[in-house]
Amino acid sequence: MTKQLVLEDVNVNVAVEEEIKPLLKNINLTINKGDFVTIIGTNGAGKSTLFNSITGDLNVSSGSVKLADKEITKYHPEKRARYISRVFQDPKLGTAPRMTVAENLDLASHRGERLTLASRNLKSKKANYKELAEKTGNGLELALDKPTEQLSGGQRQALSLLMATMKLPDLLLLDEHTAALDPKTSAAIMKLTNDIINQKDLTALMITHHLEDALKYGNRLIVLDHGEIVADYAAEEKAKLVTTDLLKYFG
Amino acid sequence: MNLVVSAIGQGLLFGILGIALFLTFRILDFPDMTVEGTFPFGAAVAVSAITHGINPVVATLLATGAGMLAGLVTGLLTTKGKIPVLLAGILVMTCLFSINLKVMGRANLSLLNLPNIFKSKLLASLPQYFDTVVAGMIVIIVVVVLLILFLNTRMGQAFIAAGDNPQMAKSLGINPDNQKILGLVISNGLVGLAGGLIAQSNGYADLNMGIGVIVIGLAAIIIGEVAFGDLSLSQRIVAVVMGSIIYRFIILIVLALGMDTNDLKLISAIILAIVIMVPTFEKKFKLRRTLRNGVVKHD
Repeated sequence: MTKQLVLEDVNVNVAVEEEIKPLLKNINLTINKGDFVTIIGTNGAGKSTLFNSITGDLNVSSGSVKLADKEITKYHPEKRARYISRVFQDPKLGTAPRMTVAENLDLASHRGERLTLASRNLKSKKANYKELAEKTGNGLELALDKPTEQLSGGQRQALSLLMATMKLPDLLLLDEHTAALDPKTSAAIMKLTNDIINQKDLTALMITHHLEDALKYGNRLIVLDHGEIVADYAAEEKAKLVTTDLLKYFG
Repeated sequence: MNLVVSAIGQGLLFGILGIALFLTFRILDFPDMTVEGTFPFGAAVAVSAITHGINPVVATLLATGAGMLAGLVTGLLTTKGKIPVLLAGILVMTCLFSINLKVMGRANLSLLNLPNIFKSKLLASLPQYFDTVVAGMIVIIVVVVLLILFLNTRMGQAFIAAGDNPQMAKSLGINPDNQKILGLVISNGLVGLAGGLIAQSNGYADLNMGIGVIVIGLAAIIIGEVAFGDLSLSQRIVAVVMGSIIYRFIILIVLALGMDTNDLKLISAIILAIVIMVPTFEKKFKLRRTLRNGVVKHD
């Protein structure tokens, strides 16, 4: 097994008035290449902090973050974006609202690359984008020239997902990306997510509050509480779990 | 007739200002107050350069460079210094007031009997007022074409995305702060260019000529939007120029109705307030159809 993501002794502290409040305490975590890890925990358990310290949106107070054997602890977020892509909970955050679907896809196809004055040459790529959009099965391909603000939440999230994965990331972070959707759309996006991760053999971390999804998808499950990893189930143990086993972490 | 031709000429020159504001106000989504200082800065630099014997074309380019510099300062203050962009603009605008006085040496500097871009051989051979129209057309076409080409490059797209959704831009590896600086530099460069050209067209630079230009630029943008409705980005840039010309006609009509030229600033602010409110009212009164059929064409 190759190690894709390694967190070593990661601590994140924030100053709240006079006191120092730890958000993550001594996190040691190794994710193997091709793993799809689901992460659960109560509000304030440190799930989003964990993601933010991986993406560099939050600086770690101590410890190191390694991705695909590169030490990225000191990289700024824009540089890490070359290797890490992320889908947010709020469908509005992942796409540029006034730009069209095709324009958004085109931007994402150059994620993390140097900005040049080369023409984007959108017309020649439209056929490819159409084919890509068809995979979502929710009519996104018919909206290629529409601004994304006119899309439904499900279409936007599907687009965000395509954008996050069209240029293969070393690590895909899913931050409760189905939480803002209705149950039916949520299930469809979850299935699409799983298909993409399997097809492209991606390494992914997914925060979720749907315990069913946390059990159904992925090959490993991590429970966070008060900034610490309190449980870590590998594939075989995870397969035996039922939702009631997980409820104890939310007491 | 002369008044109409002159209005078109002024509309074209102020169209550059409108396009400049479009970059910050519409694409990056904030009002840039620097403009009120950059406009007279461009004028002061161009006119002073010409009085020092510099070729008018070079003087105009210097005005553009001066504007870019002002935009860079605002950009650095707001991104690296974390000063809110509105305040950063006001600070630079205030600085420029003193700097403009230093550049010109007095509050008003005339170009009387000196060469300027509109007195060049080709333009001087045209009938009165047509010089501004032709020069305005040439500059507008160059600016619009270059801008549209730029917006369709990878960097241009990143610039638009950074204004549209900074967080998403960041997650795609685009630094929104750098794009903000870039936008302010290009925008204020164009404002400096507009200031330099308009000062030459008027024959003088004045310390107070920047007061209210932000209103003129925004009016051009919003009149263009109200009059032409849903357009692609490239078309919207052309619509700003059209809006700028329409604005000049409105002013012309208001003056023809007997309003005092001393009230111009009041009138322009009222015009802007009205056009901004149009979209709100049109929902209530289905105004757009009436307005469009009146201004553009009958369906």
